Amino acid sequence: MLYEQIQSNKRRTIVLLVGFLILIGIVGAAVGYMLLNSLTTGIVGALIIGAIYTVIMISNSTNVVMAMNHGKEITQADQAPELWHTVEDMAMVGQLPMPRVFIIDDASPNAFATGNSPKNAAVAATTGLIAIMDRHELEGVIGHEMSHVRNYDIRISTIALALTAAITLLTNLGSNWWFFGSGNRNRDNRDNNSSGGGLQILLFVFSIAVMVLAPLVAAMIQMAISRNREYLADAGSVELTRNPEELISALRKLGSAKPMQNVDPSSAALYISNPLKKKAHLFDTHPPIEERIARLEKM
Amino acid sequence: MTLVIIIAVVVVIAIIWISIYNSLIKYRMQTKESWSQIDVQLKRRNDLIPNLVNTVKGYADFEKTTLQAVTDARTSVNSAQGPAATMAASDQLSGALTHLFAVAEAYPDLKASANFTKLQEELTNTENKIAYSRQLFNTTTASYNTKLQSFPSNIIAGIHHFEPSEFIAVPETEKDVPTVKF
Repeated sequence: MLYEQIQSNKRRTIVLLVGFLILIGIVGAAVGYMLLNSLTTGIVGALIIGAIYTVIMISNSTNVVMAMNHGKEITQADQAPELWHTVEDMAMVGQLPMPRVFIIDDASPNAFATGNSPKNAAVAATTGLIAIMDRHELEGVIGHEMSHVRNYDIRISTIALALTAAITLLTNLGSNWWFFGSGNRNRDNRDNNSSGGGLQILLFVFSIAVMVLAPLVAAMIQMAISRNREYLADAGSVELTRNPEELISALRKLGSAKPMQNVDPSSAALYISNPLKKKAHLFDTHPPIEERIARLEKM
Repeated sequence: MTLVIIIAVVVVIAIIWISIYNSLIKYRMQTKESWSQIDVQLKRRNDLIPNLVNTVKGYADFEKTTLQAVTDARTSVNSAQGPAATMAASDQLSGALTHLFAVAEAYPDLKASANFTKLQEELTNTENKIAYSRQLFNTTTASYNTKLQSFPSNIIAGIHHFEPSEFIAVPETEKDVPTVKF
């Protein structure tokens, strides 16, 4: 089951990359049409930016994600003995290399893992998590994160995060400048006579639709890849700690916690429990905590 | 033509043979590595205990019998031979340490001492690592033993005298393996 999960994650990483590049191309076309009145320039520009961004993100993902989430790296056990030792334990029993360890200064308990492979992974926990959880509960949470590392979930979710952030950036550019852009187009229109007017209106509507839809589509793709993996990582955590009770009680504490203060919204899907305020079901980054507890109780 | 076929068959068998032999070696190495993990942690705990005993001794009326039990158990871990005996002695020591930390709850001064807090974290960490490396040892042993018994690796294992690895019994207080199913 583990092997299939890893294979499917690697396969889906490729599909996701291709899918996102197509989406980035469409968004680029829309933005390019509004800003520069040129579809090709938009597509080519967006694909180049997307490709550079993806390469940088993949090669340097841990530092980027940690900077986005205000994580501070710790390099010695003394800085947070309980957290450090728990990560060590879970890495050992999961037969994984020791990941880098980060702490986020936030009173709300939460944790996530990132990186592009188990050799190149990082685990982050908030100060709230370390304060609120006892050692066994911490083991459950870290076991969950180390399962994400082992399953290669971190690779797919880190790349999804990078690409979603890129699309959000592009559409923000487009929507901020569209008044300016449409002004340009009207002037050109007058010069070129109005023979292409119908087509232009169609493209204009299409551009707006893309600008509105792209962030939603990007967010939905990101969430589609994240929900089932949470159940699998919960199961993986139990496999490592041999104790579902630890994780159940940790999840209860996570479920009743307040949202995080300063979280980067595009990273929300990385966290063990949704760090944002509750939203509509379609956009949930996480399966409901009660459902996760119910599945753990059946073990 | 027949010669070519015979040579091809021999080469294919040789390749399969070598790869199965190598994977058996790899599995056996994993069980040995995970045993040495346990060993490292046992040594580490034995090194920490004299410090702990010295720290606790300073508190005049601390139960002598509790300390004695820890010291004795430590000695028997040192002198135990073979995995099963070593782990039995180790469980004794774990029990004695748990008792010591429970007794220490009654000494607020001791609990407030930075040295004691540090030792307690170190020992808790080592205890956890012993438990987890033991779990790891049993996992690697299970995969190695499965390999020894399944076809066709059992033939090669038999010819090259691979011996099965022995599981370490888990103390009754520890939890059973839950079945992971969806």
